[in-house]
Amino acid sequence: MTATNTAPAQNGGSEVPFIAAFLAVGSILALFVAARTTDALMSAHAMMFLIAFIAGGFALVHHLSSGKTLTQDVYEMGVVKAGVFASVFWGIAGFLVGVVIAAQLAFPNLLYFEDFGWTNFGRLRPLHTSAVIFAFGGNVLIATSFYVVQRTCRARLFGGLAPWVVFWGYNLFIVIAATGYLMGVTQSKEYAEPEWYADIWLTIVWVVYLVVFLGTLLKRKEPHIYVANWFYLAFIVTIAMLHIVNNLSMPVSLLSTKSYSLFSGVQDALTQWWYGHNAVGFFLTAGFLGIMYYFIPKRAERPVYSYRLSIIHFWALIFLYIWAGPHHLHYTALPEWAQTLGMTFSIMLWMPSWGGMINGLMTLSGAWDKLRTDPVIRMLIVSVAFYGMSTFEGPLMSVRAVNSLSHYTDWTIGHVHSGALGWVGYVSFGALYCLVPWLWKRKQLYSNALVEWHFWISTLGILLYITAMWVSGIMQGLMWRAYNSLGFLEYSFVETVDAMNPYYIIRMTGGLLFLIGSFIMAYNLWRTAKGDVRAREFAASPALAPAE
Amino acid sequence: MADKEIDAPTGVETTGHSWDGIKELNTPLPRWWVILFWISIIWSVVYWVFMPSWPGLTGHLKGTRNHSERANVERAVADLEAMRADQMKRLLSVGSVSEVESDPDLHLFAMTAGRSIFGDNCATCHGVGGQGNVGYPNLADDDWLWGGKLEDIQTTIRYGIRSDHPQTRVNQMMAFGEMGALTGAQISDLVEHVMAISGREANAAAAARGAATFEIQCASCHGADGKGVQALGAPNLTDGIWLYGGERLDIQKSLHSGRNGVMPAWTGRLSEEQVTALAVYVHSLGGGE
Repeated sequence: MTATNTAPAQNGGSEVPFIAAFLAVGSILALFVAARTTDALMSAHAMMFLIAFIAGGFALVHHLSSGKTLTQDVYEMGVVKAGVFASVFWGIAGFLVGVVIAAQLAFPNLLYFEDFGWTNFGRLRPLHTSAVIFAFGGNVLIATSFYVVQRTCRARLFGGLAPWVVFWGYNLFIVIAATGYLMGVTQSKEYAEPEWYADIWLTIVWVVYLVVFLGTLLKRKEPHIYVANWFYLAFIVTIAMLHIVNNLSMPVSLLSTKSYSLFSGVQDALTQWWYGHNAVGFFLTAGFLGIMYYFIPKRAERPVYSYRLSIIHFWALIFLYIWAGPHHLHYTALPEWAQTLGMTFSIMLWMPSWGGMINGLMTLSGAWDKLRTDPVIRMLIVSVAFYGMSTFEGPLMSVRAVNSLSHYTDWTIGHVHSGALGWVGYVSFGALYCLVPWLWKRKQLYSNALVEWHFWISTLGILLYITAMWVSGIMQGLMWRAYNSLGFLEYSFVETVDAMNPYYIIRMTGGLLFLIGSFIMAYNLWRTAKGDVRAREFAASPALAPAE
Repeated sequence: MADKEIDAPTGVETTGHSWDGIKELNTPLPRWWVILFWISIIWSVVYWVFMPSWPGLTGHLKGTRNHSERANVERAVADLEAMRADQMKRLLSVGSVSEVESDPDLHLFAMTAGRSIFGDNCATCHGVGGQGNVGYPNLADDDWLWGGKLEDIQTTIRYGIRSDHPQTRVNQMMAFGEMGALTGAQISDLVEHVMAISGREANAAAAARGAATFEIQCASCHGADGKGVQALGAPNLTDGIWLYGGERLDIQKSLHSGRNGVMPAWTGRLSEEQVTALAVYVHSLGGGE
């Protein structure tokens, strides 16, 4: 790579030759696959990789020739800003697709075309789940972790340009996954639908992420590692392990999108739920607890409630979560002893989860008035309250007797969304409302009133969503198990579907309100980044109020 | 690094560290939290003693209650079958609907079973109330393509229509147009004839020409008067009930491309008792014969 040999040393460090070589090899490989494959879908994806790698090459050359200097005493905040953009964009996209599939469940003919499969429920559903979990959630986690690890280590991100590789590489994975779903590329593993080549790409990106994060921790100027970083690190390491094991498979060929899993039958089911449950545990919980541990004390300007609790609940959570997956497979071919263990570990997980809730809520001790005056704090605290509710509901639903009613019903969907919308959504929104003024160096948000609107509209949406799903789910479970006195099922399946229709419409309405809230947020953040302040609210920001 | 200090609002000491301005209090673990955590752990250990739990090199701990979810399911299913057994057995020897109706208990049983079976097997095509759909016959009226006696309905359910079962009911509405058996003009004339015999306005001259064609091509199945032949499953064309629609275009399409809907054979999937219960239920929907 002659280009890299002549690269001015101050523009990048030792990572530049690696990145350049990687882009070159990647381009050649993508070109080879695009040229040789007879699989139209593979060809489309190979072309996307090729375009991305070439664009990456241009960006690298442009950067090296621009003469910009990467100094070690300034934080790398550009990549965090990019992550904020990506988070808001993917968040809105994911919520929008969620509303569409909610509407499809209420009105089944919506966007259904016999000869055009792209907008079928079956393809849009993984698009929704992946967009909200991995595209929105993932970008929020990458952005906040890069911000938090720098601020709490007093060190610039390790690896020079490597954080940018993580950002663009991860978002390339999102695009490959999303377009794959629409075109019909899937390995049919829930929350792990992307095929083998996308999985390999994500693995590479993830290793770079780990190196950047660990490298930054290693060069920290603080004697101790802050608790938020424990959670981020646990998230990164465990997701790597889960991702690799769950996706072990044999591709049909290098030129084919199709692969076959290494696992089959009940072993496959257990592996998938070991992955699936811990995607909840380590992606949607541990990672977002990292956010909670930085943004709540920082925004409230109060010390974390209990250092001891953070240690105990961290290790308990990490140790217990990983065993809880089998509770997704009650009353299946999974041996009963494995179900028992999954259930009991879920029960034991209750208090470790609540440890995080306590530490989040009680950090507000001495500053409870901020719940009234600062809508961002309110959003963060309500997120923790939803976290507490979901982590009580989860162990409850893992009890086999409760599960016999709740399993396969909408109750599960309601449970997931009280965690997803209430906890993950709100803690992310709270972090974004904090980050934008900090990153763009604004004194206050464009409008606190708009945050209030966002908060109340989306809270109403969440409540409509989860209550509709509770009622619908419990009704569904009761209808399924109802026998009449002669020993026959009281309801046919289609009658239960019919009974759920009104709740599906309520759920769709709730989702729509949540989506509207996110548009309000996007507008508010955009104006904040531009440096605008709503006329009436100038200098009224509680962020400027003195700490008590 | 900041030194340990007392936080004023809470009166608790900090740990002495500070990260980007964030400090931590050294608050002890909440007592209730510790107690609940221990309770959940102890409860789990006790649960392991009673229920199947930890695996070893061979097998796993069976638990003192010798609990087995699979055995429970088998028992529950057996109980249910025992509960239904007497009446089910009687359904095997039933010959007519009136025989079932003469015994209110048996009738209620057959109707309940039939409704349950219908909902999960038949409603998908024939509708929850048996009202049918285009291409899927209405079972809630008294118009029967293959007969509406108990025995007829049983046969239809057992073997299906144009199914892959060797004893299936079968006939064929041929694609006269596609096969070239009829010209476009002949089909148009036939459409007018069918419009006429089903009591609607039609071009008299065309209908007359169509009548001649009808006698040669159609009467062998549908009958000279077009009133259909139940033994052949040939529909009555004069009663205003249309499986595939009765407008000119629908009739034309039927004549041009043929119509050969399929109902699967249910024998093997449904037991004989279930077939009888289902037939009794279907018989009651609209007007069995």
